[in-house]
Amino acid sequence: MADNKRVDEVTGVETTGHVWDDDLEELNKPLPKWWLWVMYVSIIWSIGYWILYPAWPLASDYTKGMLGYSQRAVVAEQVAAGKAAQAKFVDAIQKAELSSIPDNPELLSFAIAGGNAAFKENCAPCHGRGAQGFKGYPNLNDDDWIWGGDLAAIKQTITHGIRNADEDSRQSDMPKFGKEELLEKAQINDAAEYVLSLSGSGSDAAAAERGKEVFAENCAACHGEDGKGNPELGAPNLTDSIWLYGGTKQDVVTSINTGRGGVMPAWNTRLSEATIKELAVYVHSLGGGQ
Amino acid sequence: MATTPETYIKPKPEAEGGATAPAAKTEAAPGIERHDVKAVNAKDERTLYAERIAIHPKRARGLFRNLKWLVMGLTLGFYYLMPWVRWDRGPALPDQMFLIDFANQRLFFGPLEIWAQEFYYITGLLVLGALLMFLVTALAGRVWCGYSCPQTVWTDLFIAVERFIQGDRNARLRLQKAPWTFDKIWKISATHAIWLLISLLTGGALIFYFRDAPTLAQELFTGTAPYIAYVFLGVFTASTYLLGGLAREQVCIYMCPWPRIQGAMFDDHSMLVSYRGYRGEPRGPHKKNESWEGRGDCVDCKQCVVVCPMGIDIRDGAQLECIQCALCIDACNEIMDKLGRPRNLIAYDTFHNLKAAETGGSAPVQYIRARTILYSALLVAVLAVMTYGWMNRSELQLNVLRDRNPVFVRLSDGGIRNGYTVKILNKRHDTRSFKFSVEGLPADISAPKIDVVGFKENDPTIKVVPDNLRALRVYLSLSKADVAKLKSEATDLTFVATDLGDNSQTRRRTNFRSPEN
Repeated sequence: MADNKRVDEVTGVETTGHVWDDDLEELNKPLPKWWLWVMYVSIIWSIGYWILYPAWPLASDYTKGMLGYSQRAVVAEQVAAGKAAQAKFVDAIQKAELSSIPDNPELLSFAIAGGNAAFKENCAPCHGRGAQGFKGYPNLNDDDWIWGGDLAAIKQTITHGIRNADEDSRQSDMPKFGKEELLEKAQINDAAEYVLSLSGSGSDAAAAERGKEVFAENCAACHGEDGKGNPELGAPNLTDSIWLYGGTKQDVVTSINTGRGGVMPAWNTRLSEATIKELAVYVHSLGGGQ
Repeated sequence: MATTPETYIKPKPEAEGGATAPAAKTEAAPGIERHDVKAVNAKDERTLYAERIAIHPKRARGLFRNLKWLVMGLTLGFYYLMPWVRWDRGPALPDQMFLIDFANQRLFFGPLEIWAQEFYYITGLLVLGALLMFLVTALAGRVWCGYSCPQTVWTDLFIAVERFIQGDRNARLRLQKAPWTFDKIWKISATHAIWLLISLLTGGALIFYFRDAPTLAQELFTGTAPYIAYVFLGVFTASTYLLGGLAREQVCIYMCPWPRIQGAMFDDHSMLVSYRGYRGEPRGPHKKNESWEGRGDCVDCKQCVVVCPMGIDIRDGAQLECIQCALCIDACNEIMDKLGRPRNLIAYDTFHNLKAAETGGSAPVQYIRARTILYSALLVAVLAVMTYGWMNRSELQLNVLRDRNPVFVRLSDGGIRNGYTVKILNKRHDTRSFKFSVEGLPADISAPKIDVVGFKENDPTIKVVPDNLRALRVYLSLSKADVAKLKSEATDLTFVATDLGDNSQTRRRTNFRSPEN
């Protein structure tokens, strides 16, 4: 192949044979010797590196190196150091009265940051990363709270959950008015119209008028005479603009038919007391806290 | 010593008077020494791996050498003294004129103070520097390489030290061949010792840019300076010694990308250090009283090669190795003066003119051409943008980041709330208090409710301590009736932070998202 190489006339140097833009060629210049030595030194360096540091993969293991260095160990150390640095705050939050945390700017910002992280890990799958909720999973940013929106109520809900096996879990059981045939179809329709009219969105005033009686007999016990609900019982306010299961007539009819009854796990089995406090502070800070 | 340097350089003619033939090996013309030297990149020196050929540059004298001394004096003077210049900024701030304060993420230069998040000013300066280099290269070739590149300046300084101790080229060549006597050992070690000292001062000066110089100098000597200061002192001392003292021209030829890039910057109209072959050829030794008719002015004395810090022969034409320091112009002019021939056999010239001169013509230098216009226009544009940016730089920065998840929140009364993260950056050196307001919403909409998380509704006065950034959560809520009046899902509005001290206002545009009406 060597005889195919062109020799540049001006410099008398062989070219690499590459040509660009018709006449731009590359001379095959010799490498300086010191550059070669730098490469040899690099090779020697790398051998030293193999001996001192983890280098070669083996079938089920790898060469560990004499210094015993491991990135995993370094990360573990850093995590431990981070935890140690946080311990002071975590400890303080653990001990602090929940209601006093917002008054301590240092604890508050730590709790919000920690709560944010814990929320993304544990709560986001149902409530969404921005706590915006989905149909059936409440939006935690708004000012509507089924089980109460002050710090203590939020913490209680997180700790024990809703409608689960935990003895202290939030319990409410709306009857399945349709499924269990407690009400006639027409009555359900009328009740739905009445409920919608409470927030000014109904369309059939006559049905709503008839539904008023159905509501008073069947629903008012929990949702209140005025339909404003009762956080003690977990009965949602039916007069506002926020609908956990949707605010169309179809949605409301389905709610009356099935009683809905979403659940939330009790987090005291998975999260520490301090983390739950952080979560409560975080959720409370989202804009709707009472 | 059998021969003194003088007799070595200038062998006396054997007989006075009469036409003396130049001694072919040592004289190019009577009284003009001929050097036995080859360009380091000469054709027949080439192999697969190139041995480094030692270069012993001879001292040049003349205009360009003086220019280089001047540039060296100015650049080194600036570099070594700058950290010691003081600048009063009042208490609590450093009084060093030029300080890169990593700890506080600040860069001080005289009255200027650049924060880390304003690094684009530095980027702008670098872009300006690059464009200026493009322009200068298009006009006059590798001016940067030849005169002001640190590699050139320090190498020049190191060669000057070498010359001061060991003598000029011929003496150094002899010293190199000489046996290791006390004299040689003394001279070589003194040279390296001074090189190391200069390197140490260079490394030292560099770290002074990053910490108060007088304090750090004291700490360095008492051994109380931060560990990292010693590390960088060592690194920069070693690299100065290695690159300027030992590697020298190898850096330019093999390490630096700039010589490669410059090939795209200059063209036929750039003023480059050139050998005027049309005047110099045919070259050859010149006998005393011989006519200059029918021959070139080049007497092949190779002065241009021996003064070259890159060890090349400019007569081979423009080449990658040439840093365009113009020392060969000085060397050749000195010879032309001795020979009584016109100066500037080697001179700054354009390819265009050289070509025209071959046929007896000449071509004027075209300074204004597409390339230089483009570089100048870009230069002016960047300068204008930077100046505008600097003039409009505010001492308060307001950033408003609207929540994207959720985009908006429906409240139980049917109103809509948007969440914002608002960051206030106070670049002043005193505490400032602010109040937020909102403007730019349609006239028929009542002012939105502003809630700043962590602040009382009736007194949301936000204090930001000096030189600090404060991030706040702010909620804007519009009532159901107002939301119904909104024309689109995204309504433009402007956040206003009003300084309660001087009533100055800083604005930031953002928008308010709402469901489709």
